[in-house]
Amino acid sequence: SRGRRVRSLSRTLVRRWSRGKPDGAGETRWSRGNQMEQGKPDARGKPDTVTLIPGDGIGPEISSAVMKIFEAAKAPIRWEERNVTAIKGPGGRWMIPPDAKESMDRNKIGLKGPLKTPIAAGHPSMNLLLRKTFDLYANVRPCISIEGYKTPYTNVDLVTIRENTEGEYSGIEHVIVEGVVQSIKLITEDASRRIAEYAFEYARNNQRSSVTAVHKANIMRMSDGLFLRKCREVAEGYKDIKFTEMYLDTVCLNMVQDPTQFDVLVMPNLYGDILSDLCAGLIGGLGVTPSGNIGANGVAIFESVHGTAPDIAGLDMANPTALLLSAVMMLRHMGLHDYGNKIQTACFDTIRDKKVLTKDLGGNSKCSEFTADICRRIQDLD
Amino acid sequence: VCLNIPGFTLCLKRSVLAPVSLRPPPEKAQSALIGQCFWVFRICPPPALYGGRHTVTLIPGDGIGPELANHVCELFRFCCVPVDFEVVNVDSSMDSEEDINNAIMAIRRNGVALKGNIETNHNLPPSYKSRNNLLRTTLDLYANVMHCQSLPGVRTRHRNIDVMIIRENTEGEYSSLEHESVPGVVECLKIITKTKSLRIADYAFRTARAKGRGRVTAVHKANIMKLGDGLFLECCKEVASGYPDITFDSMIVDNTTMQLVSRPQQFDVMVMPNLYGNVVSNVCAGLVGGPGLVPGANYGEDYAVFETGTRNTGKSIANQNTANPTAMLLASCLLLDHLRLHAYARMIRRAILSTVTETRLHTADLGGQGSTSEVVRSVMKAVQSTGPLTLSI
Repeated sequence: SRGRRVRSLSRTLVRRWSRGKPDGAGETRWSRGNQMEQGKPDARGKPDTVTLIPGDGIGPEISSAVMKIFEAAKAPIRWEERNVTAIKGPGGRWMIPPDAKESMDRNKIGLKGPLKTPIAAGHPSMNLLLRKTFDLYANVRPCISIEGYKTPYTNVDLVTIRENTEGEYSGIEHVIVEGVVQSIKLITEDASRRIAEYAFEYARNNQRSSVTAVHKANIMRMSDGLFLRKCREVAEGYKDIKFTEMYLDTVCLNMVQDPTQFDVLVMPNLYGDILSDLCAGLIGGLGVTPSGNIGANGVAIFESVHGTAPDIAGLDMANPTALLLSAVMMLRHMGLHDYGNKIQTACFDTIRDKKVLTKDLGGNSKCSEFTADICRRIQDLD
Repeated sequence: VCLNIPGFTLCLKRSVLAPVSLRPPPEKAQSALIGQCFWVFRICPPPALYGGRHTVTLIPGDGIGPELANHVCELFRFCCVPVDFEVVNVDSSMDSEEDINNAIMAIRRNGVALKGNIETNHNLPPSYKSRNNLLRTTLDLYANVMHCQSLPGVRTRHRNIDVMIIRENTEGEYSSLEHESVPGVVECLKIITKTKSLRIADYAFRTARAKGRGRVTAVHKANIMKLGDGLFLECCKEVASGYPDITFDSMIVDNTTMQLVSRPQQFDVMVMPNLYGNVVSNVCAGLVGGPGLVPGANYGEDYAVFETGTRNTGKSIANQNTANPTAMLLASCLLLDHLRLHAYARMIRRAILSTVTETRLHTADLGGQGSTSEVVRSVMKAVQSTGPLTLSI
């Protein structure tokens, strides 16, 4: 009976560890390679389920390209396709379809293609709706130079982490008197602390050496001052990571002269929007930039940030690189680094080879040929 | 528009001569309204020009400001430029606003100024306002103009850049109106007004026409800030309709930064609110070679203040004789142009550009090992070699 007690105790402990009990400090632990918060898949070889949102325009083609590549890599991922076109719920508020929400809440991980917002549809932007539904508070964009896709900037290797819920994009605007408009930029302690904590955790988990807070506290003393104070407080708990502060204009100036001096950048909403697109431009544009949105309760949605490109939809001309690299980011987030590295290597090798490139990368091959080449390389790597 | 009557000057406000669609600002009670058009008669002090010599306020500022200001004085003395500098020091560490108020009064007296950047310690409480911002808003220097051009002899990743950035300088995100209504929640107000947007758009189009430029691009984020930036965009469109010879288009700010790092040659004149102007002007300055090369000018109805384009204090390189004086020297040329001393401006500018072409004189920010004083001496030599009477080096 003692043996049974020891066995049951050890089983409980294994179950608890494998489910990833949260730490005392902070709500969630973002540990690389370990299982995380509840609802996460375990490492017993069962395929993990991921909600796939193909999107509009070129979305379906690039999503199927990614699915083919994952199949070739034999990644343990099971896809659950869902549509997120906004519907009007009870009470007249716009919301995403309940089956999509339920699927995301269950799977916690999502991969999303480009979504269009029809003008005069009456509902807000789809991305905004998703952000509000799942409280996606951090937008992470790693910008790494792609060998083989030449831009004037080489050896770029930085990550922009942008606060996604408040700041200048709070949407609070008023007309005070005719001809005078005020927009309110909201900065709160909680959101600033949350994003700073995520930034430092990300830096630690991905072996990054420094975090730079980008601000304009000389002009916006109270709001950016609050953001900066929270970043400093959180930095105290991460002494292994170097923390610096830099003005937004200095960052912009130095970024276009020497982007190699930056590592992880954390900032409020508007600065993040501008800087993340600036960095995407350094490595070649939105067609090759991955992006991930991290939410509360362990939800993470990885997406391609380019548009729906309706003019080339259905013509097999789309470039799936952005969605593919976002999917690789997703694999790393889930702890499946081997698969992620394999797929990324195959993708970069294909681009470096320059034989089978889509039109936007400078070649004239089809999307299916590009995908087939990547699949072949993955199989060769095995 | 000024009518010079012996004894005093009658100034007609430029906005008066604008199309009738502009509604007069309600706060200007001193105007006599006659229907929709109005004439404002205001007595302006005469320009500070006595005995053929101009008096210009000089605010050295912090960091590299004082040494660069000295070099400008040295160069002007050497070239026998008829400009006397009235130096006003602003101590940024002091809490009282007496220093900056003295500086503002000096600028009001002289009408024109050359300024270094005054440091703002952002760890001080919000009651301490940024001195630079205070100067700009009090004197109503509503247009910040920065002309970014690729210079021959400076190696950059992009060639043939020629962008003129016109940035609204007094409102927008820099209104310094913040409050904490609930502990832990701070609200910062961004103000966009129709009058100022129309004014800056009009300035942009007039400048484009005067310089022979064909296209004006408005940079905004009206897809998110629909009312604020939407108003700005509307005002630009309204003004654009009065300038059919100039093409007008608009671009969202994140797309603009992306296009600037991939293909900056597509831009001509850009007009935008305050914060986007800060970002875009710094990106463009970085593209043409850095903060040491681009001058900036702040124009108002009555006053003009010239400084370096990217407004850096350069604290880390202060007093080391390594700062690049080109930006400040080019700003002084803009000052001379404003004072209508075009011959001097042309002469000094030509000398500066010939010096920048010499790679062995490049300072540290351009990848060389030259010193500030070497660059200034070389400029003086270049001026002397073109022939006019100068002092001896």
